[in-house]
Amino acid sequence: MFQKWKDRVTVTDIVMWMIGGTLLLMCLWGSVSTIRAGLYTKSHWIDFVIFGLAQGSIYSLIATGYTMVYGVLKMINFAHGEVFMSGPFTGYFVATAMWRSDFLDNHPIIAIIAIFAVAMLISTMIAYLVEKIAYRPLRGAPRLIPLITAIGASFFLQYLFRGLYGSGINAYPDVKVLEGFWMILGIRVLKIQAIVIVAAILMMIVLYGFIMSTKVGKAIRAVSEDKEAAALMGIDVDAMISTTFVIGGMAAGAAGVLYALMYKQVHFFMGFIPGLKAFTAAVLGGIGNIPGAMLGGVFLGLIESVAPALFLDGLGIIAPYQLKDAIAFTMLVMILIFRPTGILGERLATKKA
Amino acid sequence: MAMLELRNVHAHYGKIHALKDISITVNKGEIVTLIGGNGAGKSTTLKTISGTLRPSEGKIFLNGEDLGKYPAHEIVTKGIVQVPEGRRVFGQLTVMENLDLGAFTSKDKKRDANNIEKIFQMFPRLAERSKQLAGTLSGGEQQMLAMGRALMADPKILLLDEPSMGLAPVLVDSVFDTIKTLHAQGVTILLVEQNARMALKTASRGYVIQTGKVILEDDAKKLLENEMVKKAYMGD
Repeated sequence: MFQKWKDRVTVTDIVMWMIGGTLLLMCLWGSVSTIRAGLYTKSHWIDFVIFGLAQGSIYSLIATGYTMVYGVLKMINFAHGEVFMSGPFTGYFVATAMWRSDFLDNHPIIAIIAIFAVAMLISTMIAYLVEKIAYRPLRGAPRLIPLITAIGASFFLQYLFRGLYGSGINAYPDVKVLEGFWMILGIRVLKIQAIVIVAAILMMIVLYGFIMSTKVGKAIRAVSEDKEAAALMGIDVDAMISTTFVIGGMAAGAAGVLYALMYKQVHFFMGFIPGLKAFTAAVLGGIGNIPGAMLGGVFLGLIESVAPALFLDGLGIIAPYQLKDAIAFTMLVMILIFRPTGILGERLATKKA
Repeated sequence: MAMLELRNVHAHYGKIHALKDISITVNKGEIVTLIGGNGAGKSTTLKTISGTLRPSEGKIFLNGEDLGKYPAHEIVTKGIVQVPEGRRVFGQLTVMENLDLGAFTSKDKKRDANNIEKIFQMFPRLAERSKQLAGTLSGGEQQMLAMGRALMADPKILLLDEPSMGLAPVLVDSVFDTIKTLHAQGVTILLVEQNARMALKTASRGYVIQTGKVILEDDAKKLLENEMVKKAYMGD
């Protein structure tokens, strides 16, 4: 009996479980002492959760791009963070121009739609071109090669936009109608956060509906599963791959504007961390799985927002909020160790990826 | 004029010379079978016809038109539809979605609806399971789905790659019955099989392929009597 057990469990397993267990204990201990100390009131926690949802729904939108591209090409498009950056960074100039001419304050809705349109257009174009120029010639190459190319494309785009738009941090103009808060069910919610959550959810519903019920959506799922069989159905595989990048680009561009409206600043490096976070979210939900990516994004946003206060404050750490990125990436590592298929990722295990 | 003609086709996988000077014709309304052992080049021949593998030499004609300039997905619109080896249904999609994708190139919704009805009549099991994921179907049901999916495109010529592979004997019979039914409805069929006896009983003509070459072609009846074929492919 013991011998059997010994054969199945390696030393590495034990060490991993110990690390996992220690982290879990630390979180529990931290939570208990934070709550005991009573540093935060109920309304603080509600604020954390709402902010986490807003942040998370932005991650979700970006993560769908990672996960769909992984679906059709079995690669991680590391340039996706730059696709996300390109849109709102370009939109910034439109926004500033409209702000200067008072158009932004007089016709805020039209102005915001215009910003979205420009940002989504640019992000979509960048996503489409990256696929066409950088990835398509590598179709059929070993999987490591497009991956490295993606990292190269990411740097190329970062410095391209730095060159075009400058390296400074640019402040997005304030939109007056988005200032302030609403009382929703007796809870004070910042307008911008509510709008971000609602807009992101609407976009994800549209995106999911498109993938699940249109002919093109079905074809994209077919291509994800079996390219050759898809071609035998008369599906133009390359066109579907392009379409996937276009959809991902649109979602990323929209997410970028939401991000810019919430954080009020854009710069050439802004895609790096959200890109990595969204990638984490996609892995968390189970890469290749669209609902998984959406769920993973929200989950990650919530953890990032709640965990520093909940887990770390009680441990006596002075600036817990500075450690939110560390928490996010620790989660990535833990997921990769203990559940590499992600939350909704059982499907991948049965698929010959 | 032959409906489908392969004229001196060669094909390579990297440096491996998989097809060596294959010439095959299929006339309208025929069932033609390609028989041969594992790795003889049967599936490769179908791949070159469907355009998923380009011939390195030689040409393929459909009703006299050279197919060389068309990518795989356009060849489907010409009326050549393949049911690939191992069925290759989309396991994460429902039965209905699989059938819808079979009609991906079609723009005629009425015709698609008619086709679905016809396919459900032919394979009532698919109708019962239309909302189920294709990956949860049994092997026999997946074969029905793969054939149904191909029929959604209204093929002029249907390429079947080992439709009986891995099926229980009862199901093998029903697959061949289906092939006969389709033939009676006017579909031209090119059938690749390892089950040479069944294939030759169903077909009107046959080709025997060995290591990428056609070594024999004749009427199916004569091939059934051929000593060499009997010995090599029917286990007599």
